[in-house]
Amino acid sequence: MSQRHGATETASPSAIRPGDPSRLRTVAVVGPPNTGKSTLFNRLTGLRQRVANYPGVTVEKRIGRARLPGKIDVHLIDLPGIYSLEPRSEDERVARDVLTGRMPGVSGPDAVILILDSTNLGRHLGFAAPILSLGIPTLVVLNMADSLRSGGGSLDLDTVAQQIGAPVVLVSARTGEGTEAIREFLVGALAVPAPLELPVIQDVRRCREWSAQIGEAAEYRAPAPPLWTRRLDAVLLHPVAGLLIFAAVVVAVFQTVFSFAIPLMDATDAMVSTSGEWVRALLPDSWFRSLLIEGVWGGVGSVVIFLPQILLLFLFIGVLEDSGYMARAALIADRTMARVGLQGKSFIPLLSAYACAVPAILATRTIESKRDRIATIMIAPLMTCSARLPVYTLVIAAFIPERPVLGGFLGTRAATMLGLYALGFLAAILTAWALKSSVLRGAGAPFSLEIPPYRVPSLQSLALRLLDRATTFLRRAGTIILCTAIVLWFLASLPLRNGEAPPISESVIGTVGRTIEPVIEPLGFDWKIGIGLITSLAAREVIVGTLGTIYGMEADEGSRDLQGALRGDLDLGGAVALLIFFAFAMQCMSTVAVVRRETAGWRWPVAQFAYMTLLAYVSAYLANRIIGP
Amino acid sequence: MERFTLKDLGRYEEGVLESIDLPEHDARRFMELGFLPGSVVSAAGRSPFGDPRVYRVDGSEVALRRETAARLVLRRPGSAGRKDP
Repeated sequence: MSQRHGATETASPSAIRPGDPSRLRTVAVVGPPNTGKSTLFNRLTGLRQRVANYPGVTVEKRIGRARLPGKIDVHLIDLPGIYSLEPRSEDERVARDVLTGRMPGVSGPDAVILILDSTNLGRHLGFAAPILSLGIPTLVVLNMADSLRSGGGSLDLDTVAQQIGAPVVLVSARTGEGTEAIREFLVGALAVPAPLELPVIQDVRRCREWSAQIGEAAEYRAPAPPLWTRRLDAVLLHPVAGLLIFAAVVVAVFQTVFSFAIPLMDATDAMVSTSGEWVRALLPDSWFRSLLIEGVWGGVGSVVIFLPQILLLFLFIGVLEDSGYMARAALIADRTMARVGLQGKSFIPLLSAYACAVPAILATRTIESKRDRIATIMIAPLMTCSARLPVYTLVIAAFIPERPVLGGFLGTRAATMLGLYALGFLAAILTAWALKSSVLRGAGAPFSLEIPPYRVPSLQSLALRLLDRATTFLRRAGTIILCTAIVLWFLASLPLRNGEAPPISESVIGTVGRTIEPVIEPLGFDWKIGIGLITSLAAREVIVGTLGTIYGMEADEGSRDLQGALRGDLDLGGAVALLIFFAFAMQCMSTVAVVRRETAGWRWPVAQFAYMTLLAYVSAYLANRIIGP
Repeated sequence: MERFTLKDLGRYEEGVLESIDLPEHDARRFMELGFLPGSVVSAAGRSPFGDPRVYRVDGSEVALRRETAARLVLRRPGSAGRKDP
């Protein structure tokens, strides 16, 4: 069913000129939150999208290309989800500036696609007035056609189009129904009605009255209330069952990451080492083979095996977000978060921070209260992100013997891992409390949280999310980690002595490591761990690759296993100190960069880096002293 | 005419929003969420801990804390002074 308006043809037949493939046109995609904007954006652009930042501000800019019939490309800009164009929040200011062409470096859009929720036309059409009054050719997309129909709702699209003076289409971004009409609009094939006088745009009340009139004229019948949502909420928000399910969800996330991911990781590991053996067998013995095997395979390979684990975690978070459960989780968590001065909306970024602090910090934008937002940003890197997993897994496997604890319910290794998660969480909570009762004291904007209806997540948008994550991770493995590995290999092979590589302790990198050794010696670390600490400033997991390279080169006959090598260099106190150091230290340049961007200055990221490093150093020192060799 | 706040709205009860006792900036955000004076607000669910509660207004559901709900003034539906849109 592809419904679209096509009756009045008073205005020029096309809003935008078709043709000229050499000039890519830009179309802005706008709409309030929870209308399926991203799903539609993904459907229109597929994989042809990239993410950047607007200059000088913190708002993420997602640009995609829609390929239209006749090989015409259109640039689609996904604007942040906003309710109005009043420049109160940064999101709103960016949206307004992009739409009005005031954003430096971004030309004003040739057209706008406005996405609204057809199941709540009255309220959503009110959001259209400010956008329509900008005078840019606009297509109004009423999304959730499937929900509207299944709930018995209906409306007359032609009437809506005439009343608002813009073409209107009814689509379902989730199923793809009706989306071809959007492509027709983009090539200029859709009829456009005459523009009309619009109500005073900044008055919420008048916009709402205007939209109520249109709803009446178009004989809009709202769908029946989403019964399933009510039934599910009766269980999922139940005082007992709701809490149990909430706990079960959190446990399931960890269980997935720690148990179900293992076979996948083992498989990846086998693939990495098999391919490494092939390469070794193929090439003659030379410095180049050594660079490839010890540098590239040892460095990059030891990190790539964590990809399945990271993807599983993101899959889980994607399902929770797209289904609507995440909003309930925020609701449930609000009371507890309030105890440390935070709020329910902080829960979502903090849960995502278990995957990675960078998207988590971006997700804090939904928090209206600026102080709550900064506090959440400050503690997000203390949550145990997936980049720590390679380090934890390696050290735990090398030093903690596997014995059953708690009557065989948990092993010692899983218990250590859980302990480290708890440690990060506790540090985060205490830091939040300290911040919110001192520098970030005060309430700020009152808490409000929209509770969307439950929806079945779309496989396509989940797949796109995962693909996005996988590319980011592999790109990092292919760039930062690869470069570190190669540079490290050279630094570890120079200066040459009689044409031969020196013992690693006398190489350039060995000298650097031995220079900083006095600083880290109280923590129980030697110079090799020191090199790892330096390289892991780029990203935590780099230390695994670094140690892989160092030990690989140190060993006489190729492969000495990494765990065994570590046991030779660290005692138990040093190992625990290393785990604790990684739990607290902010070893991640991407996070520093994103915090600087999101807080618009160096003040917070510098304070955060100093605080976390100090916390890490002191705690690691104490752990080493208490546990001893 | 009886006035009360959203905090005292019983489960499955309805009230008509009279005013929002918050600074202009915050009040506007609530209006965008659907809390326009004259609109009907009803109590839907609540968090397992009882706070925040979920309110239904203008076709969507919004969760508010108790302290915030105390700032939204309601009257009984059908009582005098109605000016529903």
